Amino acid sequence: MTDLTRLLAHEMADRLRAGEISSHDLTLAHLDAAEAGNHALNAWLTIDRAEALRQADAADTRLAARDPGAHPLLGVPIALKDLVAVRGGQCTAGSRILEGYVSPFDAHITERLHSVGAVILGKTNMDEFAMGSSNEHSAYGPVANPWDLETVPGGSSGGSAVAVAAYHAPLSIGTDTGGSIRQPAALTGIVGMKPTYGRVSRYGIVAFASSLDQIGPFARDVRDAAALLHAVAGRDERDSTSAPVAVPPELLELPASDDEAAAGLKGKRLGLPREYFVAGMDPDSRRRIEEAVTGLEGAGATVEEVSLPHTDYGLATYYIVAPAEASANLARYDGVRFGPRLGDSDVLGNYLATRGRGFGPEVKRRIMLGTYALSAGYYDAFYVKAQKVRTLIKQDFDTLFDEGFDALVAPTSPTVAFRFGAKMADPVAMYLSDACTLPVNMAGLPGISIPCGLSEGMPVGLQLIGPAWSELELFRLSRGFEALTADAAWRSMEPAQIALTTDPAQPTPTERASALASVP
Amino acid sequence: MPGLSRSDVEHVAYLARLGLTADELSLLEGQLNHILDQYTKLAELDTEAIGPTAQTIELENILREDVVLPSLPVEVVLDNAPLVRGGYIVSPPLLGEDSGR
Repeated sequence: MTDLTRLLAHEMADRLRAGEISSHDLTLAHLDAAEAGNHALNAWLTIDRAEALRQADAADTRLAARDPGAHPLLGVPIALKDLVAVRGGQCTAGSRILEGYVSPFDAHITERLHSVGAVILGKTNMDEFAMGSSNEHSAYGPVANPWDLETVPGGSSGGSAVAVAAYHAPLSIGTDTGGSIRQPAALTGIVGMKPTYGRVSRYGIVAFASSLDQIGPFARDVRDAAALLHAVAGRDERDSTSAPVAVPPELLELPASDDEAAAGLKGKRLGLPREYFVAGMDPDSRRRIEEAVTGLEGAGATVEEVSLPHTDYGLATYYIVAPAEASANLARYDGVRFGPRLGDSDVLGNYLATRGRGFGPEVKRRIMLGTYALSAGYYDAFYVKAQKVRTLIKQDFDTLFDEGFDALVAPTSPTVAFRFGAKMADPVAMYLSDACTLPVNMAGLPGISIPCGLSEGMPVGLQLIGPAWSELELFRLSRGFEALTADAAWRSMEPAQIALTTDPAQPTPTERASALASVP
Repeated sequence: MPGLSRSDVEHVAYLARLGLTADELSLLEGQLNHILDQYTKLAELDTEAIGPTAQTIELENILREDVVLPSLPVEVVLDNAPLVRGGYIVSPPLLGEDSGR
């Protein structure tokens, strides 16, 4: 009998419609996998078995009606990052300061997922308030990467990436402020997209940096990721930054045939930004990107070396703008209206205690940076300067797309997944993990990471970056690359340590991280 | 660019309403200065004639109809408050003798 968890979402949809399987059985298989794997992986903060099965049964009723207009996600399980509001459930954003909070409403994307009939299995682990590149900054412990359990899955959407990579769910939702979907997708060998700023409503999502945050899909193939974006994208009056731009129905019609998908690459004009091969980039990861470029050229695309001259200023710019916005957004966590209230003195004393103990070290660091950058006397020198450099970074991209490039091809991450603790002592080293992804957020553009092979047994991600609103084109190009590599040996490989993840005798990620920390 | 002193770090922590321990303040002093060093790179660029970018997708003034929409019931919202009395959230006094300031 087929292991239902190994199917892709569109294969699940086909079998659900054909009546070969029920959403109830499909959901049960995934709940069992998630519960069995969570000890060794810690990808989930909550798994709601009863509610998921209730949604699955409702989906089975809808499937029985055989509505030809039903969305392909009807009856298909999905995981949500624990910063998406689901009525009646927790929404910790990976932080102690939201412990005990129960959401009184659904996020816009939760409503959308309910309306198409997807089955929400639970909420996934993440770096606190989405600040981090390794998921080690979660207040609820780190997440292990199923390719090597002593390594991180990337972050901040590490739990959502691992839930999909480890077959706990075919689909999940993440958010990406500087790379938090694309980098963990790369490090766990799956597909992850950050759409154009404004493509998906953020109503009901815990805010980090409001001019950068965007919601996007994780999946094990390109068609599934496109279908999930289709389900959640589009204008919503409750988020004034969600754009009145039509969501293309063709997101559901990417070619199933590899020949057709690969043929779509012919004549495409791609740019290879030389600045993205940063100093410190792992040479073997670089070779995988170069091989991918050779493959794309072989399929009839032209790839030209191009320059994004302000790339090198991206990190400093991002680490002014994002913490500044975060320090303002996180001012709401004051222990007055919701969340734990610590301290028993005056208002100020309670603020200091609640925020001092409720936030973890990385969140405090960023609030400090942002508060400093916005404080009297430094606002012009830091924040305004960074916003001006942001203009230059955006103009770099605009220039290339105006010249007619269909997309840019680049690495997603300078390295493959690193060991627990490797970058925890040096915040700047951790921040450099996002050097290839954060300029895309600064410019508000869509970017996707797709698997392009292995380096010493660990996944490498290829990033495609397009002009605003070009998600459909990025998915078509990505589907083309997927088709080109359909027969590659690495395509059919499961994460190398997947079998260990269901062994209850294995250490937890927290235990592994502390064992590694004690090695001199 | 001058670095942050210990008292600067304490002042920023106060502005941010973060109660930090002595150990946290010491660690942050070093880390924040290391991060601020990275910012100096931006001074290489002449941005005198460049406008700032605050938002990237060139939308302007999207308005909705000025109509009342349903909102959450008060009791549902108050369920999350740490201390509630008579339909209000209770907090220590902000002004006056009992405020502590």
